[in-house]
Amino acid sequence: MADSVFKGNAITIGDDVSTDDIIPGRFAHLRSNLPELATHTLEDRLPGFYERAQPGDILVGGRNFGLGSSREHAPVVIRMAGISAILVRSVARIFYRNAINQGLAVLICDTSGITDGDELEIRLNDGIVVNHRAGEELSCGRMPPLMSNILAAGGLIPYIKEHGTLDSGT
Amino acid sequence: MATITEKILAAHSGRAFVSPGDFANVSVDMVLANDITGPLAIREFRKLGVTRVFNPARVVMVPDHFIPNKDIPSAIQAQDIREFAREQGIVYFEAGRSGIEHVLLPEEGLVGPGHVVIGADSHTCTYGALGAFATGMGSTDIAAAMATGDIWMKVPPTIKLVFHGSLQPWTSGKDLILHAIGDIGIDGALYSAMEFHGEAIQFMDMDGRFTMANMAIEAGAKAGVFEVDATTEEYLATHPQRAGTAPCRRYFTDSNADYSRIIEYDASTIEPVVAFPHLPSNVRPASTAGDVVIDQVVIGSCTNGRLSDLRIAAQILRGRSVHESLRCIIIPGSQRVYRQAVDEGLVHVFLDAGAVVSTPTCGPCLGGYMGILAPGERCLSTTNRNFVGRMGSPQSEVYLSSPAVAAATAIAGRISPPGNTYGESREEISW
Repeated sequence: MADSVFKGNAITIGDDVSTDDIIPGRFAHLRSNLPELATHTLEDRLPGFYERAQPGDILVGGRNFGLGSSREHAPVVIRMAGISAILVRSVARIFYRNAINQGLAVLICDTSGITDGDELEIRLNDGIVVNHRAGEELSCGRMPPLMSNILAAGGLIPYIKEHGTLDSGT
Repeated sequence: MATITEKILAAHSGRAFVSPGDFANVSVDMVLANDITGPLAIREFRKLGVTRVFNPARVVMVPDHFIPNKDIPSAIQAQDIREFAREQGIVYFEAGRSGIEHVLLPEEGLVGPGHVVIGADSHTCTYGALGAFATGMGSTDIAAAMATGDIWMKVPPTIKLVFHGSLQPWTSGKDLILHAIGDIGIDGALYSAMEFHGEAIQFMDMDGRFTMANMAIEAGAKAGVFEVDATTEEYLATHPQRAGTAPCRRYFTDSNADYSRIIEYDASTIEPVVAFPHLPSNVRPASTAGDVVIDQVVIGSCTNGRLSDLRIAAQILRGRSVHESLRCIIIPGSQRVYRQAVDEGLVHVFLDAGAVVSTPTCGPCLGGYMGILAPGERCLSTTNRNFVGRMGSPQSEVYLSSPAVAAATAIAGRISPPGNTYGESREEISW
């Protein structure tokens, strides 16, 4: 079961982070070697990201996060880098599905007031993000039941194994 | 009171109707993966503990991204999907009898009107040109669908885009979709279905419609949908549905359907355009590009690798030479397109002009191989994305255009609109 509370420091990144930003095509030959591929996560867009990310950190983006390819390696390597959840203003739909299916939470909220290094706490069940530095609470809404159930199971494959079918969540 | 999208999704979820925002458990008619996304989908499929796919005639794997094998890891991935295909008896196309997935599947009659198609490739939305609901997903969704034949979906709202008027001689479907993306932005249709209408669409051939549906994802859309008409029917008659595929059904949007937005364009005023680095929405008319020297031109891809695309390129390149400081790489989208380009003499035109002609592959579009860019290089490409580093070095630049602008640029060595340079009219030449 996945956690419903995430605490970590913010790593901020701007708008329109594409799947090519997350994994540049030149590393595609590493796609069967996920641990090594993960070391190149966001390398061009946020140099040093992999080294800097600590377990539990929260990646904070702007608009249209994850646009582009359907390659599921994108959320996988972000999670492997230690990121516990992603907070964005808006997210590209294929990335969103892939992240949830891989058990990585993506929440939508107004991220404009979050600065790099802020200490954040996401309370999934309350639909709230607490910014301890700013002393602010942001609403990120509650996830639709199907998605929060998939996330709680740790991803789509464990969810289907648990439920036998997709039906019970719809 | 429903759109094509809502009708297809209702029919596939056993409901009388669905509304935007509803979650539905949707049965799928075709499930697709390629040599990049297939291996991960297979791995997830195995985790489910299922031994057989839900229907082998409705699962297809196409090796196209790094095929013919670029290197050893690519060869292993190709091997993964080949072995899975043999084991499961699913539909599979080997190099030499294959092509770029989104060019290939319609040609092979694997997708048709009224189908729900999901593919582990973001450009799966291409099949909306045939009146299907087709959308890209990731490998885990594809694994689940291969096992169960079902997928969860949130019903998208539909945006209607109307292109009034008739097209200028060199303006193509690529220009219309780039113009629209330039207008609404790369998230202008986020989570929505784009439905294309208008006189310019009615008179557009299927290849142009495939190009437009293909790039719906570049506006963030879940699908790009066209109504079936006489042009679609003619295509379907010459590309019959393969045995074992789902029955086709034609759906039409009701006159009083609820669109989330209606956007109207006067297509007759849209010139050939170019999307500048580093977003597909950074669009301006090719005639106003200024002096942009180009090092490489690529004509091909799931967006513009079809026969009509090659015919237009050949029309401009015939009797002319690729600029001496530039290389031009032309990639037919499928073996069938390649064969026809040979038969029609198009390949001779390209070779005489000094262009590279490659076997079908996605290769350079995603920075895979067959045309990678060095730091500082500029490429004008008929592909679909121009993000930083998309085709090679993060210090390189990618410009997106139609095949006509690409061919004119290949000759001029710098971005060039075709009409201005050669003053010829497309109508003068018939194929």
